[in-house]
Amino acid sequence: MEYVNVFITGGAICLIGQILLDATKLTAPRILVIFVVSGAVLHILGWYEPLVEFGASGATVPLPGFGYSLAKGAMEEAAKSGLLGALTGGVSATAAGIAAAVGFGYLMALIFTPRSIR
Amino acid sequence: MSKAGESEQKKKQKAKEYEAYAKEFTPKPAYVANGIKAFLTGGAICCAAFALQNWLTGSMQLEEKDAKTWVTVTLICTAQLLTGFGLFDSIAKFAGAGCIVPITGFANAMVSPAIEYKKEGPVLGVGAKLFSVAGPVLVCGIFVSIIAGIIQLFR
Repeated sequence: MEYVNVFITGGAICLIGQILLDATKLTAPRILVIFVVSGAVLHILGWYEPLVEFGASGATVPLPGFGYSLAKGAMEEAAKSGLLGALTGGVSATAAGIAAAVGFGYLMALIFTPRSIR
Repeated sequence: MSKAGESEQKKKQKAKEYEAYAKEFTPKPAYVANGIKAFLTGGAICCAAFALQNWLTGSMQLEEKDAKTWVTVTLICTAQLLTGFGLFDSIAKFAGAGCIVPITGFANAMVSPAIEYKKEGPVLGVGAKLFSVAGPVLVCGIFVSIIAGIIQLFR
């Protein structure tokens, strides 16, 4: 049953992205930015946490989940150690993902050569 | 003067006519089919992530927080590997937002331009282009996170 919730939540967020892609002139990078920022803003408003409780990975794996992690980390650290926490919290909560993406991505780009869509 | 204005207007009208004419031949996006594909792929990726997370917390006895981080790292690396092999674009052709909106799309958006601009060298080619899409996402995301932290200070 949990998997159904995950599927529905994740699918619905992607469906919104697809509608934005098809119905508006927004390009993919802009949509990525919109999703990350909206995830963070929704968490500030306290509306994303219930979605994570309902959909688990379905809400954390799509990009709004990345924004949610950033905002959540910053808010938790700010509550603990004040202004310095507000600065460190967001990046340290997502550090593993960012570092993996940069490190592994750099490696991949050095190894592989450009190729056309098959 | 009036003649110039007239021809200008004629030009504009012609452009409008052409636009309407071209629109007849532009295929409309298959909203429903694309939506279903995005929904199914997105849901499937999230379910795979959830299954991996459950396996890590269950069989591997990791804490939930660590398991979630490993899942994110795995998704990113898988997407980047597929991008390297040129398979991600083939999947994205079918799935659309279904694989762009999950964290896999972010990972792909880093490697894809980096490979494309490889000829410009390992520093200004790969190094810089790795952030052509990730840069704006990180800038906006981190900016909002700082605001979130500051808001928390006043709560």
